Amino acid sequence: MFGKSRGAVVLLPVLLAASSLAQTVKSIRLPDDNALGRLKPAPGVEVVRQNCTACHSTDYIVLQPRIDAQHWEGEVQKMIKVYGAPISDADARSISDYLGRAYGSEAGGGKQAPARPKR
Amino acid sequence: MLPRESWGGASGPTGAETDPALVGRPLVRYPEKADLILLTSRPPQLETPRRYFQRAITPNSAFFVRYHLFPIPTRVDLGTWRLNVAGEVERPMQLSLEDLKSKFETTKVFAVNQCSGNSRARFVPRVFGGQWGDGAMGNAEWSDARLRDVLRAAGLKPGALQVTFNGLDTPAAPGVPDFIKALDIGRIMDDPDVIVAWEMNGQPLPMLNGYPARLVVPGWYSTYWVKHLSEITVLDHIFDGFWMAKAYRIPDTPSGGIEPGATPTRTVPITRMKVRSIIAWPENGSRVPARRPVTLKGVAFDGGYGISEVYVSSDRGSTWNSAQLGEDLGRYSFREWSSTCTPARPGTYHLMVRAVSRVGESQPLEPLWNPAGYMRNVVEAVHLEVV
Repeated sequence: MFGKSRGAVVLLPVLLAASSLAQTVKSIRLPDDNALGRLKPAPGVEVVRQNCTACHSTDYIVLQPRIDAQHWEGEVQKMIKVYGAPISDADARSISDYLGRAYGSEAGGGKQAPARPKR
Repeated sequence: MLPRESWGGASGPTGAETDPALVGRPLVRYPEKADLILLTSRPPQLETPRRYFQRAITPNSAFFVRYHLFPIPTRVDLGTWRLNVAGEVERPMQLSLEDLKSKFETTKVFAVNQCSGNSRARFVPRVFGGQWGDGAMGNAEWSDARLRDVLRAAGLKPGALQVTFNGLDTPAAPGVPDFIKALDIGRIMDDPDVIVAWEMNGQPLPMLNGYPARLVVPGWYSTYWVKHLSEITVLDHIFDGFWMAKAYRIPDTPSGGIEPGATPTRTVPITRMKVRSIIAWPENGSRVPARRPVTLKGVAFDGGYGISEVYVSSDRGSTWNSAQLGEDLGRYSFREWSSTCTPARPGTYHLMVRAVSRVGESQPLEPLWNPAGYMRNVVEAVHLEVV
């Protein structure tokens, strides 16, 4: 809503550092990873953190719909086979198990799979 | 990023309290950007709040951000940046931004840039992928060189069939497919509005929208609008890279949709946008007084024919009334619409909007489904509590 309290707005440092060396350079600094993307504590969470966050923040995981463990395993395999993520077989199993348990259709909280939007 | 407490209460202005797609999605501010709804932080993906779609032009600061790979370009030196034009051409070129500005005629086009997966969070059954609400889109006036002029300057060799586009973003690991897209020669040479843009809304592109130059492919989903453009390569064959051959594909059916939950038998690359309309105001669930006029506002657009009519229904689609259309900014642009109604009695009202393009294409009352969550354009509704 327009004009609503701005107290809820999070302001991150805006860094538009004009280079002191040359007028031709434009650069920005990105904020850190989203703290709300924190992974649920469960067995395997460290393996997920070590492997997955090399390429992307964990909000990629926690915002996904609660789809079954088999689909999560498919996602992990996609990261390895399609995107070339260097993940060992043992770690891939741990990651799939963790994601299926923590963010699968059996897991509580978050966005439930069949939630039909209102609009 | 920030302590968890700092994010508290961010649900208010995002609309998360009435929209399940926006739950858990704080407002954030990135360089050169206004407060946008965070989807992911690395690589950054930011969504435009719905209220901006009351107007045909989306400000650069509010324009959505979408990347595939990390790291992304955060520093560009125009002293060394060049647009390389190579492949099946007579005269390969390395163009500086000054070259582009001085050697080619400037053109301008208002065009909608919409992510293929805009509104993916609303798919039922749910699908994996970026869980966008409806804000992975925007409309701007893009300007600068026609792509076909650039290709003519380089001189297409006989047998030129497709052109690929690559940007400065490169994957972190060697096995990750670089983000490269392809267009047929005919798509470029027949359309003076396919351009290499270094300005949007009269200003240089924000870094996160593709500084210093990006491809603009009006009418087509933004997967083709390659950011931080650095390489244009003319091919004498069909490009089979990952982002054309495997990703961004839709079921090869007349609608692009299939039975919900099914797997398509054949797929084709996604291309032209479907006709769509958005109710940007009032917000879903708003309370308004009876017997007072309420003005609904929003935008409508399609894949390049232009919008001829927008209809509004206040009785769940039984009857439809023409909305008033705003200025026509061209066939690729958002078209503003508005409609004023006066609810006679207290109660819950369901308001729906439906656009029709100049070739008679319209929006379905039931959503189309496909496994990647692309091309959503179902008729939208908001409910108002009249008190």
